Amino acid sequence: MSSTTVPEHKFHAHGSSHRGFVRRWLMSTNHKDIGTLYITWAMIGALEGGALSMIMRAQLMYPNNTLITSGQTWNAIITAHGLLMIFFFVMPALIGGFGNWFVPMMIGAPDMAFPRLNNMSFWFLVMGFIFVNLGLLVGQGSGVGWTLYPPLANSTYQPGPAVDFTLFSLHLAGISSLLGAINFIATILNMRAPGMGMHKMPLFVWSILVTAFLLLLAIPVLAGAITMLIMDRNFGTSFFEPGGGGDPVLFQHLFWFFGHPEVYIMILPAFGIISHVVSTFSKKPIFGYLGMVYAMVAIGFVGFVVWAHHMFVSGISMDSKVYFEAATLVIAVPTGVKVFSWLATMWGGSVELKTPMLWALGFIFMFVIGGATGVVLANAGLDTELHNTYFVIAHFHYVLSMGSVFAIFAGFFYWIGKMYGRPYPEALGKLHFWTFFIGVNLTFFPQHFLGLAGMPRRYPDYPTAFAGWNYVSSVGAMISGLSTLIFVYILFSIFTSKERLPDNYWGEGANTLEWTVPSPAPHHTFEDVPVIR
Amino acid sequence: MREVKQASSVWLLQVFGLLVAASAMSLGSGHAATLVRNGVGYPVHAPMPWEWWLQPAGSPIERSIDWLLRYVLWIMAGVVGLVGVLIGIIIHRFRASMNPVPSATTHNTVIEIAWTLVPAILLIVIFVPSLHLIYQQSDYSKPYMTVRVIGHQWYWEYNYIDAKGVDFTSYAVPPDKLKPGQIRQLSVDHPLVLPAGKKIIFQITSADVLHSFFIPSLGVQRYAIPGQYWRQWTKIVSPGVYYGECNQICGMHHDDMPIEIVALPVTQFKAWLAKAEIDAAHGNVPDVHAYEMAAERAVAHQEAPH
Repeated sequence: MSSTTVPEHKFHAHGSSHRGFVRRWLMSTNHKDIGTLYITWAMIGALEGGALSMIMRAQLMYPNNTLITSGQTWNAIITAHGLLMIFFFVMPALIGGFGNWFVPMMIGAPDMAFPRLNNMSFWFLVMGFIFVNLGLLVGQGSGVGWTLYPPLANSTYQPGPAVDFTLFSLHLAGISSLLGAINFIATILNMRAPGMGMHKMPLFVWSILVTAFLLLLAIPVLAGAITMLIMDRNFGTSFFEPGGGGDPVLFQHLFWFFGHPEVYIMILPAFGIISHVVSTFSKKPIFGYLGMVYAMVAIGFVGFVVWAHHMFVSGISMDSKVYFEAATLVIAVPTGVKVFSWLATMWGGSVELKTPMLWALGFIFMFVIGGATGVVLANAGLDTELHNTYFVIAHFHYVLSMGSVFAIFAGFFYWIGKMYGRPYPEALGKLHFWTFFIGVNLTFFPQHFLGLAGMPRRYPDYPTAFAGWNYVSSVGAMISGLSTLIFVYILFSIFTSKERLPDNYWGEGANTLEWTVPSPAPHHTFEDVPVIR
Repeated sequence: MREVKQASSVWLLQVFGLLVAASAMSLGSGHAATLVRNGVGYPVHAPMPWEWWLQPAGSPIERSIDWLLRYVLWIMAGVVGLVGVLIGIIIHRFRASMNPVPSATTHNTVIEIAWTLVPAILLIVIFVPSLHLIYQQSDYSKPYMTVRVIGHQWYWEYNYIDAKGVDFTSYAVPPDKLKPGQIRQLSVDHPLVLPAGKKIIFQITSADVLHSFFIPSLGVQRYAIPGQYWRQWTKIVSPGVYYGECNQICGMHHDDMPIEIVALPVTQFKAWLAKAEIDAAHGNVPDVHAYEMAAERAVAHQEAPH
């Protein structure tokens, strides 16, 4: 078929320039264009969320600081920072961005199963983004924390529409994720190329499949919880109102029944990316492929039965503590399988420390540190001391701000040539990695000490004794902020580069299907249906 | 892609490895427990500048927490160290210039079973002693007294339910009203006065939104939840001043409702409580300075040769 293709068909297959800007970008049904939109929007979300974190670290740089004078403003900023980074940076980048770009390509499918649904998912995300900003800016802002716990989130304590905007923002982002999840499941289960059995699927595809199931099962629970909260706020119900027989702890159960799978939603696609990068730059196939697959499936399953470890000092009994601690510790086993399999993949390999590989190595090491503090926090007894302190902040930034975000950068530098067809500047890429690596470690490592000494989170001001480590932490934040400017310059130099890249610019180590097509990948990916041996 | 020498990256990774090893070693060193003393000579259990470990333990539970935390962190430091060393070896031995021909090994059943079983065993080694702490924290038997703690936006209310009418509020001292020896963001107008060496149960609830009653040096933390009572117990080992803070976001003054506990020897505490009951009967809040006077006597008593 391909050898006899008429030139006109070739034009349609490869070209995209015949479609105007509006048709290509606002009405897109092409998985690569939608992926690009997602990645672009993730960058916008990251820049705003990052700017908010710079404001936060500037305020916390000194005790008794007066940059932010209102506690409500502070609370609105921390709320928006959390929601932006989770729902409008990490998720769109990993799932909507890289997932859209590479899942169809890796399984040899022409596109996603439901292209229009795909477009709809993206625009729901944009609406959610607008709403989360309304939640930040309207009135006094929604100062409830990203966990949205009532009664603070009730209309008595947060009057005005800001919290409602925030809640609807989560509804919109949730619908976006849910539609995306359905699309991914349908695509992966039905549209694999001939010969690609489930056990031949690349690990990134597996990671997105497990993530999609987590979204499918977790998002509706969040939707139910925030709907009840909207009703409590606006229609006089009392689902979470003790005065009317409701229970504030019920909200916490529902929220974390979503919220804990959510953290795996943010890390599993990162696992997938890291597997590809590690294998490519070691020039070795993945070690223990089946173990890697079923470790992710196991993490997905167990991730649903550990939620109340976020509530060890809330309304919970002794027996529940014992159960939730035990179940939580179990997750360390499949996670360990992942880490050791990456190490074994590199062992005996021919390792090249290109920029994506630096991010991958950084990911593995930082994720292990975050995992280690996770095992500490899983202990219900220790959580009595550490719950809601900066130890927790340090822990989840090690797994997210260094885990997921490092994987996003790894994926970006790994695939940008495939997505845009131009190389990134290697030396600047490494400079960006090292400055960011030093910056985030300087930011978050001292926060362990602050937490151990007893500093609570969500404080715009703190007793003077905490000043020292807070200053170090703020200096680190500034370094990573400046490092981001290097990344912006890297983007600029990629987009202005005149160089072209071959189909497989990483060479023998890169052997998934996306490396068999030109760089950038053509508008219509495959001329022939690829057949997997 | 342009080729860039990898030497700088390798070098930086080595330096980072050394730093991590150094911080792992420092984990073992003990805490220099030289506590500041307040105006009346009591040790002050507050955070200290550049502190990088738990505040010195003031209760049996906090001692257990300190022990278990070291135990778990040592095990996890071993895991982190192992991964760090393996990454270091990989970068050294298996970088492209040293090992141009990659091996093709993708399976090794023995090692795969080992790295599943060994972490599982490690987790059991962590889980078993951690159970002891959970059971210790849940042992509410034979209390000496119970104090009802009620969180409000943005102050604490302490109700001595065994003493008639002793129920008072506790606000942070505004920064411009701080007296010498008082700590910004930690000192309060009416501290919670408790007996040292006795088992005390806090019955914690809230009058409005969620709060969290958190005293790091005593290992006490529990959410204050409206409509519910949740318990935490403590036994303050020695007289002193113990500070804590609200630790669950509760609105715009979340950082402005600290907890201050003054622990007195039992006899002084009884004297204080008797006076507080009389004050309450007259409709007065217990004397702000009563505890300090009692504390002065207590110090004199303690320092006298036995």
